[in-house]
Amino acid sequence: MERTGALFGQFRDLDQQRETASLGMWVFLLTELMFFGGMFLVYTIYRWKYPLAFAEGSRELDVVKGGWNTAILIGSSFTMALAVRAAQMKKRKLLCIFLASTMVLGGAFLGVKYVEYMQKFEHHLVPGANFRLNVADSAHVQIFFSLYFAMTGMHALHMIIGEGMLLLLLIYSWKGKYTGGYFAPIENGGLYWHFVDIVWIFLFPLLYLVDLHR
Amino acid sequence: MSESKEHVIPFRTYALIFGTLLGLTFITYRVALIDLGRLNVVVAVVIACTKAVLVVLFFMHAAYAPRRTRLVILAGIFWMLLLLGLTLTDYTTRPPAPDNLSPGSAPAAAYVR
Repeated sequence: MERTGALFGQFRDLDQQRETASLGMWVFLLTELMFFGGMFLVYTIYRWKYPLAFAEGSRELDVVKGGWNTAILIGSSFTMALAVRAAQMKKRKLLCIFLASTMVLGGAFLGVKYVEYMQKFEHHLVPGANFRLNVADSAHVQIFFSLYFAMTGMHALHMIIGEGMLLLLLIYSWKGKYTGGYFAPIENGGLYWHFVDIVWIFLFPLLYLVDLHR
Repeated sequence: MSESKEHVIPFRTYALIFGTLLGLTFITYRVALIDLGRLNVVVAVVIACTKAVLVVLFFMHAAYAPRRTRLVILAGIFWMLLLLGLTLTDYTTRPPAPDNLSPGSAPAAAYVR
């Protein structure tokens, strides 16, 4: 099991090695899909049961901040895709620049999310004893906000883990570890980051855009 | 040890996908401002699915992945649809159960056996 350049001994060639790593990452992402899927299922059932309460809750969210955050996160996916491309082309500095850009954009997303959470606390929109909202069905609006915090909270946790992952990748990339033909960690890190982006792509319309026209 | 046949996607393609994703984000916001009745949520989910497919195919390279990997991805989506579909056939066909959150609602006596 000697390592020959970028190729680890147990693999036939680089393609087989890369496909194996990628397949393993996809299997992990599918477990993540089922994890988030459970929350999307609960969301669907309660929205179907209490459509008006969900509309009331959604109206309390900041569409402008949510929209900009969507754009920021898509931007970070773009720079992450370019980072993988830089690793493919064995360009070390370009890889580091794109990894750092992805970290900055991810950090910006979390910053906006922090401000949004602060405002929810200030406006008594956190479910529990201090929840106050002057609408008819405020009890069920709490279900909306429970789901809002659970889903965006789990998403934000994945973002924080992703930021840590990116920092490690950046350090190793700077040392030139991933620009010699072996870059599976960059590619798999990219898959993880894009997955987290996809979760938000669904969260944005489902949480922020419920019955916006009324 | 053979040379890798790794596919490097041109920058243009990434930029095009990025632009499309931003455009779709703007469209999903604008459409939400129009009253389409029940279709609002359908349009929102269809646009979100389109964006997700673009990310999976191009940013996550599924369009260039071996068939085995694509089969695994499709299997994941299939299980997700089973989870949503089968559970919803249950919830949407039961009589509404009263809950103790609604003001003045009776306890769920009929459901306690």
